[in-house]
Amino acid sequence: MGSIRFDKVDKIFGSSRDGVKALDNINLEIGEKEFVAIVGPSGCGKTTCLRMVAGFEAPSAGTVSVSGKTVTEPGPDRAVVFQQFALFPWKSVRENIDLGLRNKNLSKADRAQKIEAALKLMNLESHADAFPHQLSGGMQQRVAIARAYVLDPDVLLMDEPFGALDAQTRVVMQEELVRLARVNPRTVLFITHAVEEAVYLADRVAIMTRRPGRIKEVLDIKSVREAEGWDRFSKIEDVMDLESFVHLRTQIWKSLREEKGSQVV
Amino acid sequence: MNDHPLSLKETVLWGCLGLFAFLGLWTFLSTSGVVPSQFLPTPLEVVQRIIRLIGAPFAGATLQQHLASSFERYAFGVVLAAAVGIPLGLLMGWYRLLDDVVTPIFDGLRFIAPIAWVPFAALWFGTGIGGPVLIIFAGAFPPCLINAYRGARFVEPRLVEAARMLGTGSYRMITEILLPASLPSIVSGLRVSAGLGWQSLVGAELIVAAAGVGFMMVQAQANVATPTVMAGMIAIGIVGMIIDVLLRQGEAWMRRRRGLEA
Repeated sequence: MGSIRFDKVDKIFGSSRDGVKALDNINLEIGEKEFVAIVGPSGCGKTTCLRMVAGFEAPSAGTVSVSGKTVTEPGPDRAVVFQQFALFPWKSVRENIDLGLRNKNLSKADRAQKIEAALKLMNLESHADAFPHQLSGGMQQRVAIARAYVLDPDVLLMDEPFGALDAQTRVVMQEELVRLARVNPRTVLFITHAVEEAVYLADRVAIMTRRPGRIKEVLDIKSVREAEGWDRFSKIEDVMDLESFVHLRTQIWKSLREEKGSQVV
Repeated sequence: MNDHPLSLKETVLWGCLGLFAFLGLWTFLSTSGVVPSQFLPTPLEVVQRIIRLIGAPFAGATLQQHLASSFERYAFGVVLAAAVGIPLGLLMGWYRLLDDVVTPIFDGLRFIAPIAWVPFAALWFGTGIGGPVLIIFAGAFPPCLINAYRGARFVEPRLVEAARMLGTGSYRMITEILLPASLPSIVSGLRVSAGLGWQSLVGAELIVAAAGVGFMMVQAQANVATPTVMAGMIAIGIVGMIIDVLLRQGEAWMRRRRGLEA
């Protein structure tokens, strides 16, 4: 359970006559427990890709499927972590995490146990009864990740989840996500415009063109990571110093630069 | 506006100055004989009348008894407006079909002023509790409905998406997402409703035969008892202000609790 497949997907916003073509023939397969990041210039439609997997948008042509089933509506098998957290401000941390479990009609004891585990996983135990506005941005995003993980989803969809955080908090969260991926591997679709983040976190990185967005190339990071033993470092800055990391990062930068360059007439 | 902001002290000072100027002009008009004193008693006479009305019954009841009787009808009408308007507004915000069905009817009806409901209310519900309550309801209902509707319709889309992603069904979506998300808008609507309902009250009480501030004023008018008419007006104004201040404080308290700026 937990593969994602884009099959000849187009997306046109607006009416078919004078609509804007956002995505053009997207084909991408993400295997079970694979972590794929999509990078691309802003406005290229990378977030739209994620929203179609989530079921918030329908493709104009082609199909998006998860675990072999065509996506038609949102559901807890595809948990989303939003850039702006999207926590319910009137619910405490515990209640935010609980809503999805209540919707699954689980017993009270079962829910309590899962919530405790999720709080522990994200180091939120001491904030269980706080309200979102009382927490820092980093803490709020921990809650959003806990709310997604607790559902035990087939796939995890992360839409620039660290984009709204300050640089230092972002690094902590990136390391945290790598830790999570080891403790509790998931199929992840991760949207970002930060190249380093993509190389650090993903097994593969898909690079998109500017609008109308197409997948330009897909880079295999995992084989390099394993061959070069990135995992022996626990800190992101140590990995970022490695020649193999720098090489991949530069390759992606150049690829993106071509896209930005072509925008200038 | 190029006015510099005033300090609290200055604000109070200018406010008092305005009040004294108003009372002074009023006293001058009634004592100088420019306006016959029968139609314009002095401020002092009105205050004395208020004190007398509190002590001795007029038109069958003391001033506070009239006010209590008015307030009962008023509360009934406003609570009914909230109880119908808020849930209906939320449902219209969530179900587009209901919105399409109800909105044209509502848009037509809401331009009928509460006072224009008086003859109809009297015919249908009589002069007991039913007629006046309908008129207050007609005044208080639109803001309840509109604000609940707008709150639900313009809730942050991310929150609705987050709730749908979590598998939330329609019932919980309305009670646990749309209702709390709309609460600031609903409370503002309630404050407007409470004001409009209170303003509709005198109109409502023109057709009430037993008691109430409006009833008291109509009786006084028949006797050309201008001080009593004015005492009624002042009582209506003061009670209206108290209601508004209390609801403002409730609103501020709720916003603070939600982590919003007051």
